[in-house]
Amino acid sequence: MARSRHVLLSLALAATLTARAASADDLKDLYFGEAIFEAAQGRYFEALERLDAELAQHRRVDEPERDALHYHLATAEFDVGDFELDYRMHHRAGRAIKAVLEANVDDVIRNEAAFRLARIHFQKDQPEEALQALERIHGKVPEAIREDLEFLRANVYSALGRPADAVPVLKKLQGAQNLRGFAAYNLGIALLQAGHSPEALQQLEQAGQVASRDPASAAIRDKSNMVLGRMMLESARFDRAQQSFDRVRLDGPYSNQALLSAGWADASAGNYERALVPWRILIDRDTTDSAVQEARLALPFAYGKLNVYGRAALLYGQALDSFGGELDKVNASIRSIREGTFLKALVREEIHQDNNWVVRLRMLPDAPETFYLTSLMASHDFQTALHNYLDLEDLHRKLVTWQGSFDAFDDLIRLRRANYEPLLPEVDAQFRELDSQMKLRVEQRNQLRKRLQDILTAPRPELLATADERIALERIRHVEKAIAGVSEEQRAQLQERVQHLKGVLIWTLRTEYPQRLTQAHKDLRELQRHIDVLTAQYESFVRTRQAAVHSYVGYDAPISRLRTHVGSALEQVDMLEARQGALIETVAINELKARAERLEAYQSQARYAVADSYDRATKAQAEAAGAPQ
Amino acid sequence: MSRAILVVLLCLVAGVFAPARAEDTYRQQMKGLDEQVQEVKSDVLSIAAELNQLQERLLYPSDSHLAVFVALSKGETLRLDAVQIRIDGQPAANYIYSFKELEALQKGGVQRIYTGNIATGEHAIEISLNGKLANGKDYTYSQQFAFTKAVAPKLMGVTLAGPDSGQPAIEIGNW
Repeated sequence: MARSRHVLLSLALAATLTARAASADDLKDLYFGEAIFEAAQGRYFEALERLDAELAQHRRVDEPERDALHYHLATAEFDVGDFELDYRMHHRAGRAIKAVLEANVDDVIRNEAAFRLARIHFQKDQPEEALQALERIHGKVPEAIREDLEFLRANVYSALGRPADAVPVLKKLQGAQNLRGFAAYNLGIALLQAGHSPEALQQLEQAGQVASRDPASAAIRDKSNMVLGRMMLESARFDRAQQSFDRVRLDGPYSNQALLSAGWADASAGNYERALVPWRILIDRDTTDSAVQEARLALPFAYGKLNVYGRAALLYGQALDSFGGELDKVNASIRSIREGTFLKALVREEIHQDNNWVVRLRMLPDAPETFYLTSLMASHDFQTALHNYLDLEDLHRKLVTWQGSFDAFDDLIRLRRANYEPLLPEVDAQFRELDSQMKLRVEQRNQLRKRLQDILTAPRPELLATADERIALERIRHVEKAIAGVSEEQRAQLQERVQHLKGVLIWTLRTEYPQRLTQAHKDLRELQRHIDVLTAQYESFVRTRQAAVHSYVGYDAPISRLRTHVGSALEQVDMLEARQGALIETVAINELKARAERLEAYQSQARYAVADSYDRATKAQAEAAGAPQ
Repeated sequence: MSRAILVVLLCLVAGVFAPARAEDTYRQQMKGLDEQVQEVKSDVLSIAAELNQLQERLLYPSDSHLAVFVALSKGETLRLDAVQIRIDGQPAANYIYSFKELEALQKGGVQRIYTGNIATGEHAIEISLNGKLANGKDYTYSQQFAFTKAVAPKLMGVTLAGPDSGQPAIEIGNW
């Protein structure tokens, strides 16, 4: 019973607590946004894969504050825990959240982490650890989790068998809108456990009348009415029981049980005629439902009580036929599960397209075995087992695909090697030649630049002479030397002419010097542009050359390592999948066997009751015939 | 007889309040398996991380790596049906969105729509979107942008918006 309460509380908590929606407002890190995109579609493996990589990279960078993820770090640390939780990796989720808890963070973040850790422990049936985590909460608590936190605290107290501590916490939560119905119901249960029965009944009465159209709140309201009705029935307060059962919706998950119980409340009060009404409605419902099957016996039982033995015998006969048919179905289902069709149906892709895949599974025409597994499939443990099986199947598919991709990688690398290796020696030889030419030109450019810089401080116009001018100056120097050998009379005349020519040249060099210097700098800049293009081409070549080598060198070891890891992971996954599948099948078969046993018990009761009813009908007829006219 | 049936039926009714659960031994086995499943998930995630790095290095070297991401503008009501992307006039991606994917975009998710290789230098990207507005009318829009691919990997974020949002229909951001 303690376990059942715990499951119920967990479900209530899960229904009311929603993980913080990851937000991409003002997104700075695209890969973080990508993780949110995957998680929002329920693809938690892919979300974790991306976010783990981003977080690992962020931790490796020298200046994390310049990394794009820095802006989302607090959210990302929580999100990774949430995704792990959603991917049913509670251990890792716990570790991730503990890391936040132990880091030097402010109250708001630490308290939220403690809350999340407590929630994980609670969901994993570890209420002591959950309470320890809750006790770490001090200081400011984020507004968004305040009510959920108190609700969790109350549930933890209840799970620890401390309902008296849960009561005051739950009383304070009665106005919480997002816990509507749940807080009211849990308070009723806590009061009951604490031994305050009158107050508990009053509270459950209130919880059973909470006005809400929200499906989860409406379901918990129905649940409150069922519990209250059951208690009233046990204490023989049949009218009050009837009232509670009547409040349960006719289309909700508890409607069949409510109809059955409402009939029993009437029958227990001796109102068999009134009991016929809910039971008549019930027998037309899904024949696989246990309440419907029970109603098939209850209805003729009521007719019998009303002395309508003929009708009772007829209905017992119909019940017998129905039980026989259902028993055949259950036995066929057991055979079908043993043949492996249940697991095959589980992994069918099309049934996972919506969140209600478990319900859809039941509707598959070729998966009849699931008709009788409704309650089993709704249980937390079985759900976890089913999800684990599906996760393992998904991992199996991924690993098989990866295994195939290694061969493709090998091919790719082989082709690249075959393409580049013969080309590279010739390319390298040409490159070396061009490289030496380039270095020479760059050296020449450097010398020119140095000269130009030198003449800025010590002007030397002759350095900017044109080729013609340099030739002319050289010839003048030759002429000057030659003049030395002529007669004095001629020498004077010639020297005058040479000086004149030299003067013209020097005049030009001196007067045009500023323009020539400017032009020289312009030319140098132009040369620099060409050198830049050349350098860019050079660097591009070096990168391309490196990329060519990197496209096929250095992959052998990682591919070989990954191939081994994938192989052993695949073995492990296959082994676990087989064990998980076998366990699911065994539990399902056991459930079906229990249903079969119950149907067999119904059958024998019906058989006995048919005979009994016929006897009574015959006797009544005889008595009627023998009676005086 | 009737008393016996009543007792049996009351017991069965009482049974509905006990939750459906597997036997304790099976529960223990399921718990044990759950632990192992968690471990193997962790191993496979590590393999996936290493494999992704290898794949990226092998298939999309950093000097030619181009990735295009699609996001919806905050609070956008446009029902995005499809996005087409052409790079330098060549079709690069053509994506039709499912309801789930659209919801994921509306929740702030970012979809990597294209990963490929291009040479460094100047390029053009053309983005076209098809969708339906809140009033049910069809909406199509197309725009071309120039971009430069440098030596580093190029990550391009494309934010889409409908005409009623007051935002540019297509906005390009670099990361």
